[in-house]
Amino acid sequence: MYQWDFAPVFAHWPLLAQGLVNTLKVTALSLSCGLVLGLMLALLRLSPRRWLSWPAGFVIEVFRTTPPLVQLFWFFFALPLIVGVEMTPLLAAVVTFSIQSAAFFAEVFRAGIVSIERGQWEGALAIGMSHRQALRRIVLPQAVTRMIPAFLERAIELMKTTTLVATIAYADLLFAANDIAQKTFRPLETFTVVALIYFVVIFGFSLLARRLERRLAVGGEATVH
Amino acid sequence: MTILHVRGLIKRYGTVEVLHGIDLDVERGERIAILGASGSGKSTLLRCLNFMEMPTAGEIVLDDKAVGRRERDLIAVRQRVGMVFQQFNLFPHMTALGNVMEGLRTVRRWSAAEARARAEKELARVGLADKAQTYPAHLSGGQKQRVAIARALAMDPELLLFDEPTSALDPELVGEVLNVIRSLADEGRTMLLVTHELGFAYHVATRVIFLADGRIHEQGTPDEVLKHPRMERTRAFLASHRQFSF
Repeated sequence: MYQWDFAPVFAHWPLLAQGLVNTLKVTALSLSCGLVLGLMLALLRLSPRRWLSWPAGFVIEVFRTTPPLVQLFWFFFALPLIVGVEMTPLLAAVVTFSIQSAAFFAEVFRAGIVSIERGQWEGALAIGMSHRQALRRIVLPQAVTRMIPAFLERAIELMKTTTLVATIAYADLLFAANDIAQKTFRPLETFTVVALIYFVVIFGFSLLARRLERRLAVGGEATVH
Repeated sequence: MTILHVRGLIKRYGTVEVLHGIDLDVERGERIAILGASGSGKSTLLRCLNFMEMPTAGEIVLDDKAVGRRERDLIAVRQRVGMVFQQFNLFPHMTALGNVMEGLRTVRRWSAAEARARAEKELARVGLADKAQTYPAHLSGGQKQRVAIARALAMDPELLLFDEPTSALDPELVGEVLNVIRSLADEGRTMLLVTHELGFAYHVATRVIFLADGRIHEQGTPDEVLKHPRMERTRAFLASHRQFSF
């Protein structure tokens, strides 16, 4: 019968805490950059000019159809060989997950923008707005409301995917766990605790997300046509 | 004084030609009702005038200058030519007041206070001062259309285009919208109105244009066109709309 003993694991709580902070850091940075980049990709993709839409479509497809781990290794191990600049694990992770999220968000943005009726564009253009103003003031605010569920779901996915950064020796939560497991010879307890931390953080976030979604749905005016 | 010249306006969708070369001059203070069966091209004609549809060929001349196709030119036209749509096209994420303020804020770059004051005035004009803070989802169709009219008016257009403004409304809500349009007519505003409300056209328009197959088939005073039509097709069209009364 296995004797459970969590004490050695908890003794290393500063490592776990630092790991969690690092995980959240990669997630938050990648999400923010991914959103901005994703919007830009979506707008390029929607452009009637093929020399703009085609490369954007290519980037989106490449990052949606290659494994995240391959992307991460490529940016960490391969890219430095071309540009001659070492990447820190954090930078490589943020770059990878930003572009990868951007590829995903681009499709969400695009679907959101396309879902807005033509009449909304016309209402805006008819009072003299430029295309850009109509997008910013009328179309995007409505599209974003519709995108929020997809965005939150992606945030959760991303936090899970960030565990890959442990493979390039970035001290995220999983990396810390590995470290602790080896120091304490208590992998069972360590990985159980880490799984629980992920569960609590992500489950808490998804509860929050669900409440936000419900509030938006009740808010009605913002979504109902 | 002529506000707008249309010269040889042609609109094609692919190989289908919807408008076959329309010539039209709009004088200041004119109220032109455009009639025609569905598919006659009347909405397309109206929508070409503020470039909601891009004319395939022909000229639209404003201030003796043909309007170009660059965005800057289109914006300049649209600020002077307002449009009211069949489906209202209100912005659902803004209150009634926000809808009316939007053009003043974003396009004209007015301060919030100025824009608000003007928007409140326009809402009051269409009888909706008490709905300023209401979102479109909570307005009736007639109220929505009146907000849309206020939104167009706030931009001080020299010419107003109405694209079947009452066709999407329940019958009991048509009157309130027509009353607002009539009050604008009484102010002497220049307007083009695509409509199926023949009685309204008769009383409010100064000129009636009957469109058939993408051409101006007949035009004249309401009395000439609606009571004494010369052309066979105009008569047939009017006969099929016999429910109207003068």
